[in-house]
Amino acid sequence: MSTNLTDYDTDNRGGEDGTQVVGHILQPGVDLSHKVILYLEAISVSFDGFKALNNLNLTIDAGELRCIIGPNGAGKTTMMDVITGKTRPDAGTCFFGQTLDLTRMTEPEIAHAGIGRKFQKPTIFENHTVFENLELAMKTDKRAWASLFAWLSQEGRDRITDTLKQVRLDHEADRPAGLLSHGQKQWLEIGMLLMQEPQLLLLDEPVAGMTDDETERTGELFKSLAGKHSLVVVEHDMAFIEQLGGKVTVLHEGSVLAEGDLATVQADPRVIEVYLGR
Amino acid sequence: MRTPFTIRVLAAMPRSGWIAMGLFAAITLVLMPALHLFVPEGHPFHVSNYVITLGGKIMCYAIVAVAMDLVWGYAGILSLGHGMFFALGGYAFGMYLMRGIGTDGSYQSHLPDFMVFLDWKELPWYWAGSDSFVLTLILVLAVPSLVAFVFGYFAFRSRIKGVYFAIITQALTFAAMLLFFRNETGFGGNNGFTDFKRILGYDITSPEMRATLFALSALALMLALLAGRYLATSKFGRVLAAIRDAESRVMFIGYNPLHYKLFIWTFSAMLCGIAGALYVPQVGIINPGEMSPANSIEIAIWVAVGGRGTLIGPIIGAGLVNGFKSFFTVAFPEYWLFFLGALFVGVTLWLPEGVVGLWKRIRARVAA
Repeated sequence: MSTNLTDYDTDNRGGEDGTQVVGHILQPGVDLSHKVILYLEAISVSFDGFKALNNLNLTIDAGELRCIIGPNGAGKTTMMDVITGKTRPDAGTCFFGQTLDLTRMTEPEIAHAGIGRKFQKPTIFENHTVFENLELAMKTDKRAWASLFAWLSQEGRDRITDTLKQVRLDHEADRPAGLLSHGQKQWLEIGMLLMQEPQLLLLDEPVAGMTDDETERTGELFKSLAGKHSLVVVEHDMAFIEQLGGKVTVLHEGSVLAEGDLATVQADPRVIEVYLGR
Repeated sequence: MRTPFTIRVLAAMPRSGWIAMGLFAAITLVLMPALHLFVPEGHPFHVSNYVITLGGKIMCYAIVAVAMDLVWGYAGILSLGHGMFFALGGYAFGMYLMRGIGTDGSYQSHLPDFMVFLDWKELPWYWAGSDSFVLTLILVLAVPSLVAFVFGYFAFRSRIKGVYFAIITQALTFAAMLLFFRNETGFGGNNGFTDFKRILGYDITSPEMRATLFALSALALMLALLAGRYLATSKFGRVLAAIRDAESRVMFIGYNPLHYKLFIWTFSAMLCGIAGALYVPQVGIINPGEMSPANSIEIAIWVAVGGRGTLIGPIIGAGLVNGFKSFFTVAFPEYWLFFLGALFVGVTLWLPEGVVGLWKRIRARVAA
């Protein structure tokens, strides 16, 4: 019988021959032993000489709700691209938890490891119903052979129903997603993201095009998710960021300009200069 | 708890679908063969050779239409080369039929006539085993699937889609046709295979054999439809439709579109191969003409006329277009292609969802 490494849950366990095993046994999944879910260290990315990210350092704690703001071209989207594996950094390291090196993983691997991303423009499956959209996104065996014989279990059905309630689409379950309003599509996409059970959610302008009422309800939803998940929200809407109430990071020309709560950041003279022009 | 597989298959069609299929089975498996075999010729209820053969032929086309709808209607992959897979299945079975002629050919040789004509002394290596019925059945399934798998792997891996994919498949079937036209290829050149005598020792022209092939075609069609319905209503089908609508999004959720496309593409080619193998003994000939680009385009027209993504529509489309064809090519042979072109233009303009879409609209209007 071979011992399964995943059965070990602590360090310094006895080895097979009784000797002490010294060191850290690699855990599958995200290692949050230092309460940090994402490390970006000295990341630089340049496109044809233009430095989109310039020695960027950023740390996100597990369960944190972080807002990222910055003028256009500050590198917010490029940062998301680096985290999700779409863009490879020229320099720097990017770790998910203590052990997963994101710069060496492919996009599906990163998605599978537990980082979910919502793009600016909602992309949902318009011809599928709302329910089916969530079903497709659900975390499960996604190989072709498994899908051939997949049959939605009661637990799966319950999970979808719960998520539908969470994103307030429980009355729209059987409608084709293409018929939803813009705000509802944004929510559906957030719901699809939640179905993947990510530990870290990257949300790029999630409330763009939403009514004030919808924006507020989205804020409530995000606040309820924080703690269980870690969220990184890129937004321009200051009222929304104020409602979320988390730590705010200001990006400018590819690096961090200021960090702190919204009031501190807004009072920072460098931030004012960047936003109001010289 | 897992739901038993049989229940899932049963759930693939609504009750009305099962009733319709039951009726179809009763007619094609019992009534038609019985009227052909046991009612004497000249009797008003006798089903003639012509009708049995035409019906069997159209059912083979309908299988191809189902196969085409699976890739085009559900996965959004327009193939203009499905005629090639059909012909490959046909040729694979044709080899067996050629060997079945034995020494009854014009040259009384053990070799097929065309080989004697080419002055070949022995069978080429790839004809080995073609006298075995079981091996032939395996070949009928394996050859089209293997060709489709290899071609599909490279095409889908390179993310070739849309018009580009359609043109490449068109070129593929054209290339295959040119290859099969050559005498040296060893498949009878432009004459192909014909003059078949027997299957498993039974006379191929006997009423019993005709009725059997007719019933087998019907059975294959029903199984193809059922398999198609199962795929379409399964999660696999929903992923496939999602790939059709937004492929990159599907990848982002964690599915690999390559495997999904490759499976449905290969399965579709296999269905075409089965249809081809049933077709050849019924019409009594297979030649490279079956691989002509026009044939493959016609398959797409059947599906468009019937209604993409409905499975039953393409079956109706194959029946309608071929029904028209049988009539036109006798009544006004020179106008058939014009009619076919006009039909395609007309359907594209006014019936984007085909006959099934028209039927749905009529029902909606009646209900309103």
